[in-house]
Amino acid sequence: MTEGAAPPPPASSPEAGPPTVAERLAFYQRAGGVLAPLLTALIAFIIGGLVILATTGKNPLSTYRAIFDGTGLNWFFHVGSYSITLPFSETKVWFPWDTGSLAALNLQQTLIVVTPLILTGIAVAFAFRCGLFNIGGNGQYTIGALVGVQVGVWFAGMPRPLHILIAIVAATFAGAVWAGIAGILKATVGAHEVITTIMLNWIALWIGSYLVGFNGPMQDPRAISAPVTKPIADSAKLPVFWGNPALQGLHIGFFIAIGALVVYWILLKRTTLGYEVRAVGFNPEAARYGGISVPKSYFLAMAISGAFAGLAGAIDILGWEFRLDLTVVQSVQIGFIGIAVALLGRNNPVGIFFAALLFGALLTGTSTRNLDPTIFKPELAGNLTRIIQGLVVLFVGADLLIVYFWQSIRKPFIKLRRRLGLRAKSVAVEAE
Amino acid sequence: MADERPVLELRGITKRFPGIVADDHVDFDLRDGEVHALLGENGAGKSTLMNIVYGLYHADEGEIRVNDEPIRIHSPKDAISRGIGMVHQHFMLIPVMTVAENIVLGNEPTKAGDILDYAAARKRVTDLSRQFGFAIEPDARVENIGVGQQQRVEILKALYRHADILILDEPTAVLTPQEANELFEILRTLTREGLSIIFISHKLNEVLEIADRITVLRRGKKVDTVPRAGATEEGLARMMVGREVLLRVDKPPATPGEPLLQVENLHVLDELGLEAVNGVSFDVRRGEIVGLAGVDGNGQSELIEALSGLRKVEAGRVRLAGRDVTGASAHDVLHRGLGHIPEDRQRRGLVLNFSLAENLALHDYDAEPNARFGWLFPRRLVQRARGILRQFDVRGGGPQTLASALSGGNQQKVVVGREMSRDPHVLLAAQPTRGLDVGAIEFVHRRLVEARNGGAAVLLVSLELEEIVSLSDRVLVIYEGRIAGEYPPDVSEEELGLAMTGARKEAA
Repeated sequence: MTEGAAPPPPASSPEAGPPTVAERLAFYQRAGGVLAPLLTALIAFIIGGLVILATTGKNPLSTYRAIFDGTGLNWFFHVGSYSITLPFSETKVWFPWDTGSLAALNLQQTLIVVTPLILTGIAVAFAFRCGLFNIGGNGQYTIGALVGVQVGVWFAGMPRPLHILIAIVAATFAGAVWAGIAGILKATVGAHEVITTIMLNWIALWIGSYLVGFNGPMQDPRAISAPVTKPIADSAKLPVFWGNPALQGLHIGFFIAIGALVVYWILLKRTTLGYEVRAVGFNPEAARYGGISVPKSYFLAMAISGAFAGLAGAIDILGWEFRLDLTVVQSVQIGFIGIAVALLGRNNPVGIFFAALLFGALLTGTSTRNLDPTIFKPELAGNLTRIIQGLVVLFVGADLLIVYFWQSIRKPFIKLRRRLGLRAKSVAVEAE
Repeated sequence: MADERPVLELRGITKRFPGIVADDHVDFDLRDGEVHALLGENGAGKSTLMNIVYGLYHADEGEIRVNDEPIRIHSPKDAISRGIGMVHQHFMLIPVMTVAENIVLGNEPTKAGDILDYAAARKRVTDLSRQFGFAIEPDARVENIGVGQQQRVEILKALYRHADILILDEPTAVLTPQEANELFEILRTLTREGLSIIFISHKLNEVLEIADRITVLRRGKKVDTVPRAGATEEGLARMMVGREVLLRVDKPPATPGEPLLQVENLHVLDELGLEAVNGVSFDVRRGEIVGLAGVDGNGQSELIEALSGLRKVEAGRVRLAGRDVTGASAHDVLHRGLGHIPEDRQRRGLVLNFSLAENLALHDYDAEPNARFGWLFPRRLVQRARGILRQFDVRGGGPQTLASALSGGNQQKVVVGREMSRDPHVLLAAQPTRGLDVGAIEFVHRRLVEARNGGAAVLLVSLELEEIVSLSDRVLVIYEGRIAGEYPPDVSEEELGLAMTGARKEAA
């Protein structure tokens, strides 16, 4: 009822006594930092564990253990004395981990999946920072992959660095153009980006299906059993720096993704463009008053967002897929997972990295190949991934709930500390 | 009049929020039939204290007694059952429902089981408004009535629930002077009918007009409770702020120079496409403050937005320091030498999630030395911010502090500091002291006069007549999008008030 609602505090004095819910949240986000996302993930895993228990009756911990082993992340725990060959040379140096073990192989697969997730995560996060919701990661990824594969097929025999560079730049640009359409529509006529990017996803899907499908212009005429493009030239393939190139080793696209995280941070914090994007994202009215062109920021933020997603598409093609399959075009999910990555990672570069690692690990860990079917049915496991993914998104939306949960755990401790006279420093904010 | 028996008594109320003690062992008592004002700066703990009484917050320590009986209030429901009603600054009404429906909501008279008996509801509301002398139309939809009327609906809501203690949280903040006077009439009727009223405010003149006793809070602590008789604005201000406050603005006579802002026959539309500014012409000259007085909604906001490039100019001409800036973008107008203190600092003046350094660079983040070739130098922003924050006496945070962490007064100092440190030719100050307390108001006023003495042309838009009269060298009155007259600064508030309501025009 109306009496039940807490009144908003006097608009002009946020520090005046009662902080609003949003302010309290911001306070905990600053104070707790990584805590809320960690709790979010933890709760998602606990509920996932209950699902395991209910569906299979098996110990969720042993199932999680099996999934974890399948991700190859256990590799880090097996420390010994080994040696590795420095990339692009013959020199061997001592290394604490065995780079040739099965776990290493699994880890390579995980990181291959993590790479595009980082990029689509950045794509969603960058748009978020401008107050935009880019749901079009899938379409932008598809367009990037299409352009990447075509450039990879053309120009065979070009020097390798140049060929890779051209393919990546073209795909990135294509992703930017694709998202830029939504950006222009938002900037000029105010069409909501959620609607337009979803529509562009479908357009990209059907353009891709036409180009790659049977008798499509990009379909490899020799591949008569399944519609797929021609393979890209060797000169366009990203070098593998860990593992056997013939067995899908880890390619340098991983470093490109790490580099993209740095670029993302620099763009936001160290450029005037980033300043504009953040200002518009936080308060478009204040940005306009400050002399910033809000439509221009919308367009640029959207285009840059799409560039990262397009880059993700190119890197998957040039790194390990080498050709584009119709089924891939029609089942791209990576843009959506990117939303979960950005949400869980709190739009923060380090957070995005770890969130991408989490989701990438879940995807590989529960894949049919890696999970022992006697422990957990793989077809259920794939769904488990989705359950956890969904729960994470749900809980990130329910940030407040997590904070509340955390507070209620902490309360007894705070009271205890107070009683002991060790009350946490309460910085009495100097009023005017 | 009030008798000595307290109907409500608070003893040692303490409330802590993370990082701040909002109320620190506050004692307070409300006598039967009195209006007791709770006075204090923003952040002094007034609203928190009353929200505790109304059950929205729970005190960490202390006791609440109603009619000498210690009670615990867990929720607004408890408070209502004890006869305590509260009207918040932000109304909690459902716009699409009628006045009567809103009033009975949650406690509706029903017939045939669960069906709302609208006729009975209507009658109860009519009876109530007759008893207490409210002029209100029970069948009007809330979205169609004015703010003053909505406030009455809120008060009636409390009366309908048999409140005999009524808490009003800054009730005049949203009202025009006339509406405020009508509210005071209603409050007097209510106390005659036996209600006791707690009146939260930070406006000295109001408190002196309506209250029987005044309790002053400062930084969560009670300073004193004084009867109205013998209280003065100066004395109360000193208690609120903790030091002497200059309530009158000291300023040397104006020496106006050439016109820096020239507005000719300006036409501007509002959101609905209706003419909000209807052929306005005026000049503001170097070294003078021109006050633009008017009741809210007579085109002031649209005029300011048009002058600052935020709203399209339909017809007419604007010249800034001799150059035509009609239709120029906000960016261009700012760079031609306009400073603009916007009327809503939180919605427009600041990016609350930006640091103070970032906020101070809002107009020139992309100019040297803050940036070069699109590359931003955050450290230079911080350096410059440090100077401005010191110069404008911003307290409660440094360059890296988020703007949202500051109090309203300090936030406004940041805005004022940003606009004035750019040395603008023309300074638009739109309600520069809205929601500020006396200490901060004094500061802003002094800075506006300094800007004028330094050779700026200042256009001051304010709903507070007192502010207009005390600061301006010339006063313009805007009514329905037209300039309704020009007055010298020694004009009486009554005369201005008449012009503001269009009376002068009708007489002419």
